[in-house]
Amino acid sequence: MRKRIVVLGGGTAGTLAANRLRRLLDRDAAEITVIDPDDAHLYQPGLLFVPFGLTRPSSLTRPRARQFRDGVTFLRAAVDRVDLDCDTVVLAGGAPVRYDVLIIATGARLIPEETEGLTGPGWMEKVFTFYSFDGAVALERVLSGFTGGRLAVAVMDMPVKCPVAPLEFCFLADAYFRKRGIRGEVDLTYVTPLDGAFTKPVASRELGGLLKDKGISLVTEFNTGEVDGAGGRLISYDGREVPFDLAVVVPLHGGQAYVERSPGLGDGLGFVPTDPRTLQSRARPNVFVIGDAADIPASKAGSVAHFEGEVLARNVIRYLAGRPLDAGFDGHTNCFIESGSGKALLIDFNYDTEPLTGHFPGPAGLPLLRQSRLNHLGKLAFSWLYWHVLLPGREIPAVRSPMPAAGKHQAGTGATAPAGSPR
Amino acid sequence: MSTATYAGTEVAVNDEGFFTDPGQWREEMAPQIAAAEGITELTGQHWQVIRFMRHEYKDKGTGPTVRALGKTSGVTVKELYRLFPKGPAKLAAKIAGIPKPRGCI
Repeated sequence: MRKRIVVLGGGTAGTLAANRLRRLLDRDAAEITVIDPDDAHLYQPGLLFVPFGLTRPSSLTRPRARQFRDGVTFLRAAVDRVDLDCDTVVLAGGAPVRYDVLIIATGARLIPEETEGLTGPGWMEKVFTFYSFDGAVALERVLSGFTGGRLAVAVMDMPVKCPVAPLEFCFLADAYFRKRGIRGEVDLTYVTPLDGAFTKPVASRELGGLLKDKGISLVTEFNTGEVDGAGGRLISYDGREVPFDLAVVVPLHGGQAYVERSPGLGDGLGFVPTDPRTLQSRARPNVFVIGDAADIPASKAGSVAHFEGEVLARNVIRYLAGRPLDAGFDGHTNCFIESGSGKALLIDFNYDTEPLTGHFPGPAGLPLLRQSRLNHLGKLAFSWLYWHVLLPGREIPAVRSPMPAAGKHQAGTGATAPAGSPR
Repeated sequence: MSTATYAGTEVAVNDEGFFTDPGQWREEMAPQIAAAEGITELTGQHWQVIRFMRHEYKDKGTGPTVRALGKTSGVTVKELYRLFPKGPAKLAAKIAGIPKPRGCI
């Protein structure tokens, strides 16, 4: 009996999940359909570079349909809701799509309108986001005309996609204004709801140090309650203010609207409660979740979707065969952090191990949590890997799903886990 | 890892003062924890949030973020900041005897 696997979302996670499953399953065993409302696959990590004129925006988008292996059907349609009781996706317009296994890969949605005043006067005039294509493009124009003043970079609240991106924006802005010879005229401030530059102690210390070295002010535990675009003020819930001439914000994130229209599927923010180890949804055994759409305590990042892919594909196949699932996903995340002037840091961590210093095991031995030219080249190379290795659902040699412990300096002890030590 | 004594009972807390074993928490400990954080009186609204935190933790294994609290606890984010100044999610978690909300990374 041919099974029907339906994947919602044709972005990073949905594409690599469909391609992995297609490689592992005979066409007679399963048909695989990916549903997405549009045909533009955006390379999201590239948005960071657009405001600084370092990337041509048109180079970031490719057709979704071309990223799938043969034997994956791409259906261009919007989803109205999922009917969990009937194993059916209801498309906008009412057409039903039945599934044996549903994979939710619809990511996160920007909700700027949820912050008071954010989309009011000043929005897209002196308040921007680089998290959307249009915002990043508009910001390039505005930054090139910016001759000095107060630039505030602010995260409205967690969770956000790629939590290091706003820090990278600060580092790149510092380098950008230096290059233009006007760094002295720009007052750069990073505003975060966290109690430090980053969530975890070691990374927070290292990245906080980097902000300080570059003369970027850090405002912590700032939960933005209101953005006064006209008056140029960020106002926190506890009444503090950060004045700005130009604000670059990361808006609130939530799940897709159809999740909220699907009874029993999502949580209060529209993310889908998911077992963090097996990636099976809490809603139904035949619904799995990959990427930013899940509520798991991992970063919302492409590397996470990549590392999840292996476990997800294995578990969908086990589920179809009636076998127990593999609780194999360890929360592995791996991110390059651009620090400006052709350098970058690398962080590598999982549910249990915070980002540490040391080096990533492998021939290149990329340094962890330290600026290096090599890491910057790694970040640039990643764009090629994304289209040619990640999306097709292949493995990156030496960068596998379980996080490697080797090479990391243990927090507080100064010791390094020996090569070949158990994970 | 260290300990603190609330309502005459020694409990395990982490270095930021969050309970490491929520099972050790009892309601009569809450006023003392709150007082140490500058909240001199726990009103009915405080208790609504504290009980919600306990419930969420039991249900999901982690306390909610302030935004999730504002959406689901029945108390708005603005009110939450009035009740638990300087970080409702963290403060309410501490008083409710649950670990620091994981939030996100």
